[in-house]
Amino acid sequence: MSGFGGLPGFVLRRGIGTVLTLFAISVIVYVVFYVTPGDVAQITCGPRCSPAQVHQVAEQLRLDEPLHVRYWHFIEGLVVGQDYSTGTSVEHCRAPCLGLSYQSDQQVTGLILAKLPVSLSLVFGAMVLWLILGIGTGVLSAWRRGRLTERLLTALTLAGTATPVFVIGLILMIVVCGELQLLPFPQYVNLTDDPEQWAWNLLLPWLSLALIEAASFARLTRSSMLETLAEDHIRTFRAYGVGERSIIGRHALRGAFAPVIALNANNFGSAVGGAVLTETLFGLPGIGQELVHAVNVVDLPVVVGMVLVIGFFVVLANAVADVLYAVADRRVVLS
Amino acid sequence: MSEAVTEAAAEAALASRAPGTDPASVPGASGARQFWRRLRAQRAALVAAVVVALLLLVALAAPLLTAIEGQDPTTYHPSLIDSARGGVPVGPLGGIDGDHWLGVEPQTGRDLFARLVHGARVSLGVALAATVIQVALGVTLGIAAALGTRWVDQLLSRITDIFVALPLMIMSLALLAIVPANFPRPVLVTLVIGLLSWGNIAKVVRAQTLTLKGLDYVSAARLSGWGTRRIARRELLPGLAAPVITYAALLVPQNITVEAALSFLGVGVKPPTPSWGQMLTAADVWYQAAPQYLLLPAGALFVTVLALTVLGDGVRTALDPRAASRLRVGTGRRREHRADTAAEKETSS
Repeated sequence: MSGFGGLPGFVLRRGIGTVLTLFAISVIVYVVFYVTPGDVAQITCGPRCSPAQVHQVAEQLRLDEPLHVRYWHFIEGLVVGQDYSTGTSVEHCRAPCLGLSYQSDQQVTGLILAKLPVSLSLVFGAMVLWLILGIGTGVLSAWRRGRLTERLLTALTLAGTATPVFVIGLILMIVVCGELQLLPFPQYVNLTDDPEQWAWNLLLPWLSLALIEAASFARLTRSSMLETLAEDHIRTFRAYGVGERSIIGRHALRGAFAPVIALNANNFGSAVGGAVLTETLFGLPGIGQELVHAVNVVDLPVVVGMVLVIGFFVVLANAVADVLYAVADRRVVLS
Repeated sequence: MSEAVTEAAAEAALASRAPGTDPASVPGASGARQFWRRLRAQRAALVAAVVVALLLLVALAAPLLTAIEGQDPTTYHPSLIDSARGGVPVGPLGGIDGDHWLGVEPQTGRDLFARLVHGARVSLGVALAATVIQVALGVTLGIAAALGTRWVDQLLSRITDIFVALPLMIMSLALLAIVPANFPRPVLVTLVIGLLSWGNIAKVVRAQTLTLKGLDYVSAARLSGWGTRRIARRELLPGLAAPVITYAALLVPQNITVEAALSFLGVGVKPPTPSWGQMLTAADVWYQAAPQYLLLPAGALFVTVLALTVLGDGVRTALDPRAASRLRVGTGRRREHRADTAAEKETSS
């Protein structure tokens, strides 16, 4: 790797790795889903299709051609778009084209794009909350180590890690909306329509998702801060008379920073899984709810498209985190 | 869900990077005794172990327990349901009486106690079986990557990376869509979870095997002409026990949560087979008429995952006290120390 050392080389290698991973995932997903037992055209078209419609779907999916040719067409559609003949007319599916959903008679890309804002609102809003809650709790319990505060926080975070997101969501919804009637049952409002209502309606979904994720951040922040606090340079700071608040707030927190970034990205996948549950529970019309619907009615093109799009985001998040981690801690580049 | 596991993986990777493996993490004959002693020294882990043992007992004895009650989990009791009021259970407290110890399910009238204890069977069964698959795959592929040629290692490591990157919930959801409906669902859920999320354990095993490979006793075995397979089985596997057990203990609660989540979404274990997650699907509609329909499965899930997590933490502490004591300031260390010194006296006298 001469000439490609250091951070730029690391970013380049990680970038190539990411592209290869995405490629591998697309192959696996495509092969697994389109080599299912049973009549693929019939499954894709849906149970109410006439034989003629099934035949047309089989033609559009090019089922008579070998698998690698079909996969190539799929990728081609993703990159440059594709035309679909519907018998009488030709429908153009613009790049990135993920195919057609024959059951809902829509293009998969459009379907996903329509639902994406809801899911992004949910995940990123919750992420802000879980980082603040998680790191705050972790710092507090490292600062108050050995005291009652730490014991309470440790018990709380343990309870948080043991509670499934849909259980905490259910309980929050029943207590806050049902019993106390502090909030109406969530109904998604577009951010652009009414930002205030958007936030109020997302408050409970954000909290449910964030409380669970925050627990693991609290655990990690606490443990990496305690580890840093035991190091020699902290002892030196103490010997020089640096105050406890400055040691905790500036020096120990810096040591906890890199692992927290890494965890945030590694957790992105599980947070997306949590978002699916949250959306289903609160009836938010995001891609998670759409995916569950597509799975229940076996709408293959939608399932494949969703898995690819979500996989893309998760792999990308992992790569970005690796680079951020390397920026925060240059020793990573060397190994 | 997987965060505790990722965290542990990071720690295990850190620990295995240190040259000269800690003797405590390579349990021999005396290692097992030491392990039990250290586990017993932690009060929380001990309580958790008792809870887990009780849950396993309930799961195993589910048919017996329901026979004593005189009910079964799948029979409908239309007479116990008030269809005029939308299907809420007849009688106070959600239909609790001598015949139905915890009341009946709204709308169907199925016995709640029977569904709860049979649900334990499904939850624990799926989680444990999936863990076995994950461990078997992870250990095999991890060792193969560490001992294989450069090319084999590259290939296996890349495949592992892909499986680590896959979002488990999303992939499981999608895979469950395409399998024919007549395939037994609990087996299917087990297979999907087990086959998808073995990546982290393979990484840990590979790293640990690479460390062990460089140790003198393994070189000695190789120099005396042992084959790779024999070395792997006789010399490497014992050294892998500690990280693998630690890791597996954390996978079990994770698997329970995933199964519950999939069943909650309606794609995991399907009725009439009961599962805790599935019971919660419709629970919010009935919480006023039959609050136990929500609270019992939710509580069962919470207690089970909590007990398994605490037990997993305890196992980790017992297997690698040095790593654990770095993180635990002043809690339980004195008891452990006392237990250790007591045992030392015992062995020296």
